[in-house]
Amino acid sequence: MLNTIYRLTQPRKIEIAFSEFDLFSNDVIVRPTYLSICHADQRYYQGTRDAKVLAKKLPMALIHEGIGEVVYAPDGSFKPGERVVMIPNTPTEKDDVIAENYLRSSKFRASGFDGFMQEYVQLPADRLVRIGKSIRPEVAAFTELVSVSVHAISRFDRFSHKRRNIIGVWGDGNLSYMTSLFIKKFFPDSKLYIFGIMPKKLADFTFADKTFLTTEIPDDLLVDHAFECVGGNASQIAINQIIDYINPEGTISILGVSEYPVPINTRMVLEKGLRIFGSSRSGREDFQKTVDFYEKYPDIVEALSRMVSYVKTVRTIKDMNEAFELDTQKSFGKTIMKWEK
Amino acid sequence: MIYAVIAAGGIGSRMGNMDKPKQYLMIKDKPIIVHTVEKFYVNSSFKKVLILCPDQWVNYTKEVLEKYLPKNEKVAVLKGGSTRNETIMNAVKYIEETDGLDDETIIVTHDAVRPFVSARIIEENIEAAIKFGATDTVIPATDTIVESQDGKVLSSIPDRSKLYQGQTPQSFKAKTLKELYYSLTEEEKNILTDACKIFSMKGYDVHMIDGEVHNIKITYPYDLRVAKALLDEEEK
Repeated sequence: MLNTIYRLTQPRKIEIAFSEFDLFSNDVIVRPTYLSICHADQRYYQGTRDAKVLAKKLPMALIHEGIGEVVYAPDGSFKPGERVVMIPNTPTEKDDVIAENYLRSSKFRASGFDGFMQEYVQLPADRLVRIGKSIRPEVAAFTELVSVSVHAISRFDRFSHKRRNIIGVWGDGNLSYMTSLFIKKFFPDSKLYIFGIMPKKLADFTFADKTFLTTEIPDDLLVDHAFECVGGNASQIAINQIIDYINPEGTISILGVSEYPVPINTRMVLEKGLRIFGSSRSGREDFQKTVDFYEKYPDIVEALSRMVSYVKTVRTIKDMNEAFELDTQKSFGKTIMKWEK
Repeated sequence: MIYAVIAAGGIGSRMGNMDKPKQYLMIKDKPIIVHTVEKFYVNSSFKKVLILCPDQWVNYTKEVLEKYLPKNEKVAVLKGGSTRNETIMNAVKYIEETDGLDDETIIVTHDAVRPFVSARIIEENIEAAIKFGATDTVIPATDTIVESQDGKVLSSIPDRSKLYQGQTPQSFKAKTLKELYYSLTEEEKNILTDACKIFSMKGYDVHMIDGEVHNIKITYPYDLRVAKALLDEEEK
C-alpha cells in the first residue's frame, strides 16, 4: 500500500515522500492520531545539530512520541480501532542481559530512520502497547518521554541501597516534573525534595515534600539518593552539587543530556563510595509499566495534563511548521499535534 | 454501512498505445488498481470494497487482486456499466441485493487510477457523507480555466478564485443517489458527467472535501512517469 511520509529535508523544510507497505508482512499498520514534539525533533527542525549529522540523517520524518489507532493487523494481534502507543526503539536482535534500548544494534525512530510523521506507520506488533481511551490523548501522546523516567526509576530501584528516606531531584523542567511524579508513586514512603532555579517552576511541584533554589540549599541538608534532570551546560554544576549534598553510598541517576563531556568531582565520588549510573530512552517493558501507572493512578494523568502547552490540529504541511514554531515559544510543557494528515 | 466503490471503467484509450487499461499498469511492482484498492481495504470503516470494471476485464481483475492482496472476503469484483453513473448504479444494486439499502448506506466512489489518495481524504469523505449526504473532493484551480462555446473562440474566463478541480472520492448516501438518479429523464442522464452533478441538479448541497495535489489521476503516459518519480524518492 502506498503511504505518505512527511520528511524534514533541510532545517524548517518538510516535504512529502511516498513509501510502500507490504500487506503480506505480519506488521501492524497504525494511523497516528496524536504526536508530541521533543527537543531532539526541534534540534533537527531548527538545524542546531552538527552539519555532518544533519547531512547524514536527513531527509527523515521527525517525531518519536505518539499514539495512534490500529488500522490493520494481519495476525489478529490487535483489533482495528484499538488505541496504541507506538514504541520508537526498534531492536534488531535479542539479548538476555542487555536491555533493548542499550543494544547498539537497535534503531530509533526519528533518529536512525523515519519517525511518526506519516499517514500510516507500519511496525511489528511488539512495538505497540495498548492504552485505554479514557486516558487523555494529549497526555498519552508523550508516553515515550514519561517511559524514559519510569525506566530510570526502575533501574534506580535495582541499583540503589534501601535507605531511601530522602530522594532529591535536580532540575525544574519537563523531565524533572515527570520523574518526580513517578518517584512519589514508586516510593511513597520517601521524602521528595526538588532543587531548581526558577521559583515559578518549582511552585508547580505541588506533590513534592519540599522545593529548594539551588542557590539557597541549607548547609546541613543531605539526600540519600538523587536524580539529575538538568542536562546541557548546567549538568556539571548540578552533578557536582549533588555529590556535595548526598549521603555516602548514595546513588545518582543521570538523565540530563549534555552535548559536551562533563567534569565530575571524582575524589568525592570515591570518598563517599557513590554509584553513578546513566539512563537513556526506554523499552517495551517501560512503556507497559507507564501505561499501567496511568490506569492505576488517574492523578498522574491529571498532573501530566498540566504539561500540555499547545495542541495544534495538523492537516497540512503549513500546520506542521506552525506546530514546530509554536513549540519554540513555550518555556515548559509539550506541544502536541492532533494528527489529521 | 459504508462501502468503497472503485470505478475501473476506463479501457485506456487515452494512454497512447498501451495494450492494457491504465489501471493495470505497474508502479512499484504492483498494478495501480491494487495500490488503490489497498487504501480502502485496510480501512475498517468499509464493509466491502467493490471494484467495477469492464466486462472483459472482470476475471483478470479478480486474478490480479487474488495475487496481490491477502485472501479475504472484503473485496468483490463486479461488472461496470456503460457510463460512470451506470457503473455506480451497478454497485448500488449489488449492495441492495446483498445487504439491503437504507438511509445509513454510504458509498465512497473513487477512481481506480488515483492510487495516491490519502487516509485523511477518505476519512473526511466518510464523515461528510454521513453528515451532509454528498461530497466531492476538490483542489483549488491553479490554471486559469477558459470557456468556449464553439471550441475556437474564447467566450468567457470565469473567476479562478471560485473554481476548483474535481478529484475523487465522491461520496453519497446510496439510497438518495439511487432515488435521484432514477428520477432523471434520459436527456438529463446523458448530460451527466459525474454523480455529484445528480445531487446539485436536484438542488442538494454537495459538501467539498480538500483534496491533495498529489492525488493525481493516472490518465496519460506523462502521469505514469510522475507517479513513478514520486515513488522512486523512497530510496534515500
